Amino acid sequence: MNTTWSRFNVTSIVLGFAFLYLPIVLLIVFSFNESKLVTVWGGFSTKWYVSLFHNQGLMDATWVTARVGVISATVATVLGTLAALTLTRYTRFRGRLLFSGMVFAPLVMPEVITGLSLLLLFVAVGLDRGFLTVTLAHITLTMCFVAVVVQSRLVSFDRSLEEAAMDLGATPVKTFFQITLPVIMPAIVSGWMLAFTLSLDDLVIASFTSGPGATTLPMKIYSQVRLGVTPEINAACTILIAVVAVGVIIASVANKRREVQRQLDERAAQRG
Amino acid sequence: MKSLGSIRRDFAPWNDPNAKPYIQFDNVTKKFGDFTAVNNLSLTIFEREFFALLGASGCGKSTLLRMLAGFEEPTAGRILLDGQDLRGIPPYRRPVNMMFQSYALFPHMTVENNIAFGLKQDGMPKPEIASRVAEMLKLVKLEQFAKRKPHQLSGGQRQRVALARSVAKRPKVLLLDEPLGALDKKLREETQFELMDLQQNLGLTFVVVTHDQEEAMTMADRIAIIDKGEVMQVATPAEVYEAPTSRFVAHFVGNVNMFEGKVAEQTANTTRIAGSSGAQIVVDNAAKTAAGADIVFAIRPEKIKISSKKPADAVNALEGEVYDIAYLGDMTVFHVRLDDGQMVRASTMNAARITEDPLSWNDRAWVSFRPDAGVVLTR
Repeated sequence: MNTTWSRFNVTSIVLGFAFLYLPIVLLIVFSFNESKLVTVWGGFSTKWYVSLFHNQGLMDATWVTARVGVISATVATVLGTLAALTLTRYTRFRGRLLFSGMVFAPLVMPEVITGLSLLLLFVAVGLDRGFLTVTLAHITLTMCFVAVVVQSRLVSFDRSLEEAAMDLGATPVKTFFQITLPVIMPAIVSGWMLAFTLSLDDLVIASFTSGPGATTLPMKIYSQVRLGVTPEINAACTILIAVVAVGVIIASVANKRREVQRQLDERAAQRG
Repeated sequence: MKSLGSIRRDFAPWNDPNAKPYIQFDNVTKKFGDFTAVNNLSLTIFEREFFALLGASGCGKSTLLRMLAGFEEPTAGRILLDGQDLRGIPPYRRPVNMMFQSYALFPHMTVENNIAFGLKQDGMPKPEIASRVAEMLKLVKLEQFAKRKPHQLSGGQRQRVALARSVAKRPKVLLLDEPLGALDKKLREETQFELMDLQQNLGLTFVVVTHDQEEAMTMADRIAIIDKGEVMQVATPAEVYEAPTSRFVAHFVGNVNMFEGKVAEQTANTTRIAGSSGAQIVVDNAAKTAAGADIVFAIRPEKIKISSKKPADAVNALEGEVYDIAYLGDMTVFHVRLDDGQMVRASTMNAARITEDPLSWNDRAWVSFRPDAGVVLTR
């Protein structure tokens, strides 16, 4: 590749990255601010991190968010995988087009509308708003994303693997659990992680469908910011960013390593 | 008695009227929507036979194999295996195993576990599985690769794993779908002989699907030539080559020259054929044919002699001009344009290094052949 570090290239890269990351860098820097005033630098300190862990409200919200995320991502992954299987395997059944349209509609539906309609539904059936309703709403939101990820893997799945398993005496159920599921597992795991991340940072739908005692972290942060940004919130956000960043980095490094190892193996195998 | 070609071994149950058929396709038809893949086809395969289904892609040969394995059900007709009707029996309960064209090795399992997969489904005890897997690995010479994953193997090694996996359960019948299609030429030739040895040693019935006529000729006891979902001919490789029963088969297997004409005269033993341009040839009789009927004499290039002078004793000798010469090392192929315009292909083994009667481009030449060197075809 021909790379020249012209003045234009350098400038556009710096500006581009600054546009994307300067706000986040500022947030991280100010989370270590000694001063109580958010915009005035008063020296380095980690005291906001300490006080963060003594802020019961924030800690509760974190715990709620984690539970909502894990439960909704898990349920959405099961349902989304089943939907993807149906859509790729049963190419002809009555109402298939309607089904696929309905599975993927939440992808493009404005969150405000999803949130509002779910709220109306929960009120209509008399379900008290709280932990359960947020979780249900997040399942609705994230299921379609899982379905998309898993379906794209299933499309390229070699069906002769399943035929071979059945040919060797495995029943369809055994074939699914011993062959299909392990082979598409990476896609299912990415689907789960995507669902978890979406649930983690959702504010709009959560504010419609949550109730007392089930305040999620984004809701908590948002409500505190309205009363004024405290360095404590900066610290909470920094931790959130760190968790997400570490997760993403670990996943991509592992992926890259596997890919490189695979290529090396294949080259070695071809040499014989 | 005259015999066609060489006989591989003393095994010919198809000539024995008392032999019990092992696999029977009984008027089988398979339709996919409006498309008829297999059309009212009947076929009999015997125990321990190495049987090849040969045909161009899309002729329905793979569909036959998939119906035998249970992945497709016939639209009409029935398939019997050892006397048992296979209709309604799912693939996982059929005593046949298949080796897939793509090999279909399980990518998340080691070589060992791939081979053990079928044995585990049968609930075989662990020590027995281990010894059977070891035996299979030894059979395909992959002992040191037991712990590898499929992507860590070369194409040839993957092919052998697929083979080991499909014979591990000792199936009654092994189905092979283009087993050597993905290998390069040299490896393919070696593997052909390995497959034949394996089939002999294990005493299994092999049904192989291939589009490669050389592969089918090398390995199979009998070949079924399939076209558009129908069987054109079922015979030994030598019969298919030396005594094709139709123009399609004659063209499909090997190279052939066709002399078209009408029956001019028929005696007790010979038929005289008059070509459209007046040239006449005399050939051994095939069947009683009415005078004036359209007829074709099909003859293989190596059965035609080419010389610069007219052979004195030849029954059939036609004159022409050398149009093209292809030197292939072991043999030379001449294309001769006869005086009536027909092109004839004649091949000569280069048994000696120096040719006494060298022919060159545009030389006048004579092609000659015996009356029994080819076959008379009416369809």
